[in-house]
Amino acid sequence: MKNDIVLAGVGGQGILTIAAIIGKAAMDQGLNVKQSEVHGMSQRGGAVLAHLRLSSEPILSDLIAACTADVIIAMEPMEALRQVQSLSPSGAIITASKPIVNIPDYPEVEAVVAELKKHPRAVVIDADEIAASAGNARGSNMVILGAVSRFLAMDAQTLRDAITGFFARKGDAVVAANLKAFEAGRKAAE
Amino acid sequence: MAQRLFLGDEAVAQGALDAGLSGCYAYPGTPSTEILEYIQTSKLAAERNVHREWSTNEKAAMEEAIGMSFAGKRAIVCMKHVGLNACADGFMNAAVTGARGGLAVVVADDPSMHSSQNEQDSRYYGQFAMIPCLEPSSQQEAYEMMSKYVFGESEAKGTPILVRLTTRLSHSRANVEVGEASPIPAAVTADASDRHFVLLPAIAKKNYERLCAKQGTFEAMSEESPYNAYLEGADKSVGIVASGIGFNYVMEAFGGKCPHPVLKISQYPLPKKKLARLLSECQSIVCVEEGMPFIEQQLRGPLADPRIKGRLTGDLPRTGELNPRLVAEAFHLDLPAVPVVSPLVKMRPPRLCDGCPHADTYRAINAAIADMPNARVFGDIGCYTLGALPPYNAISSCVDMGASITMAKGAADAGIGPAIAVIGDSTFTHSGMPGTLDCVWEKSPVTILILDNLTTGMTGGQSSVGAGRMEAICAGLGVEAEHIRTIVPLPGKHDENVAVLREELAYAGPSVIVARRECIQTLRHKVKK
Ligand SMILES: Cc1ncc(C[n+]2csc(CCOP(=O)(O)OP(=O)(O)O)c2C)c(N)n1
Ligand code: SF4
Repeated sequence: MKNDIVLAGVGGQGILTIAAIIGKAAMDQGLNVKQSEVHGMSQRGGAVLAHLRLSSEPILSDLIAACTADVIIAMEPMEALRQVQSLSPSGAIITASKPIVNIPDYPEVEAVVAELKKHPRAVVIDADEIAASAGNARGSNMVILGAVSRFLAMDAQTLRDAITGFFARKGDAVVAANLKAFEAGRKAAE
Repeated sequence: MAQRLFLGDEAVAQGALDAGLSGCYAYPGTPSTEILEYIQTSKLAAERNVHREWSTNEKAAMEEAIGMSFAGKRAIVCMKHVGLNACADGFMNAAVTGARGGLAVVVADDPSMHSSQNEQDSRYYGQFAMIPCLEPSSQQEAYEMMSKYVFGESEAKGTPILVRLTTRLSHSRANVEVGEASPIPAAVTADASDRHFVLLPAIAKKNYERLCAKQGTFEAMSEESPYNAYLEGADKSVGIVASGIGFNYVMEAFGGKCPHPVLKISQYPLPKKKLARLLSECQSIVCVEEGMPFIEQQLRGPLADPRIKGRLTGDLPRTGELNPRLVAEAFHLDLPAVPVVSPLVKMRPPRLCDGCPHADTYRAINAAIADMPNARVFGDIGCYTLGALPPYNAISSCVDMGASITMAKGAADAGIGPAIAVIGDSTFTHSGMPGTLDCVWEKSPVTILILDNLTTGMTGGQSSVGAGRMEAICAGLGVEAEHIRTIVPLPGKHDENVAVLREELAYAGPSVIVARRECIQTLRHKVKK
């Protein structure tokens, strides 16, 4: 079993939380994990990228080679598009649809989404809206994680357990809200 | 044995703790910051009262660690690559004094300059200081080097050891098998008459001769090192020298089974016998190393041996970090075509957070000098360096920590005016104070803005030793009281702040304006707690 996952977004969108939860779930499942993340300068509202590799075999490189990723997970459509070079021809893209427009030359978001949808396995969902309807407006990243859970070679329950573990010290209410967002995302990607 | 998911930095930290560390000394800097941050949150470190406060700068950190080694205890000092420049004096001379308690100098390089001004390669410093250098290829190896190897060897050979990390190891997590923590060993004792640490010429000459004499020992260490390995391969048309994480990219490119002989290098000085074997067996050699062509240059020699390939021959890019694709291309493997990125994708550079105090300060500066075409603003290193980008376009320089004040002074000496320095609180105490003294001594017409956001923002909000006390520090340095001003960078105070700036810009001597308002990010964390 192997999953090579590219995570993309804008600083502050919580992609490292998604990566940490998947990574923890994978480890609990006895898989090897390598997760390369960007800290520092690029976190201040800039593009953020993480590479997450899971495998039953030992993992060599910390980075995923171009054209080999199984999944791109993005919290922002243009950031998803920025990473398409990583994707294998049979890979999937799961991205939130809402643009973060913090640059003057941000393209037409419809054009970005259209470009993404040219890809045979692209799932573009309004994670903010789904999170809000699930009563957890700040849980967009958990919605995306829920959607992604359908594309990972990993048991959904292990992910739920990892979410519970990750948010445990913030109390039961926070855990429940995040699990709810996760389920809503899972449903959206059905 | 327990399994942990560790960043390379965390593996280094836990390994050092498990080896019986007594102190970690560091100044923050990406990608090294998480080493001390990990130790600060470690229960074991707290139980053992391991030293774990931030130092004022790398030079202080280095010398504090040397002091701990002098006292016979195990110490690490951690920094980013350019930090080693800031403490090069202590580092080079510690090689001459030698170590007593185990001393590891851990330096994280940042090829591709994700968060840095350059991509210098610390292995050159190891060679320059003539001490052993380790370059782990994985988080597990980093843990093992720190927990089982570095301190014992440092004590046995009486030398500091350099540990070189790179961004993709420091900031990548992986499963690490962690062993038991050893107790903190008793201090390595020395006679009070021991004069190793007194680098008077007569003693230094002897120390230096001894350091030269140890080179054979260091080479033998590399030759026998568990971290350097010769991997057999049947296809000897090419031999590969792969150092640090370059080794992983090579193995990845060949799907885990490389047909060519590979010499994995994770310890320096270079193991000559192993290298000689590779060179004699193979028709050509490809050097795969993260950072500068350190090994490649040594193998190529001054006459540019055409058999040696790598970054200097264009087989790999001359600059920037490696990745598995680039390495696979260097071996002309059959690879799928990489699609072009859609032209819809635009650059998204980092920027100041919404509500950041620095933004208000830059707006005030820009307004204050709008009618002064000869004014120049000299920047420094921190979040406020982003003031170089639109919409502020406010600074003309950013070179190294502290350089805002000293460059402003030099430019003022050459007739530029007003000469304005913009420097953060942590950067000011790191290395801005000596330049301020120069300005005071010569009464230079320099206006120094200290952006006191009460933290070390750029690297994630570490404590900043002088935060909140800038006025007193500057008064102590001799800046006249009437030319030490404090403003609060808020949109509502814009006009007031511009007026203060213009008053001080009109003064023909050194003045300091402290712009004080807390970083939005650290404020938010406090509110959450
Ligand atoms: C010699 C050296 N050490 C460390 C760093 C990493 N670094 C960059 S900026 C910075 C500190 C910034 O703090 P401050 O001056 O208070 O400004 P702020 O980011 O809070 O605005 C550090 C530690 C560096 N670039 N050079
Ligand atoms: S982290 Fe703090 S200092 Fe840095 S840009 Fe954000 S608000 Fe400003």
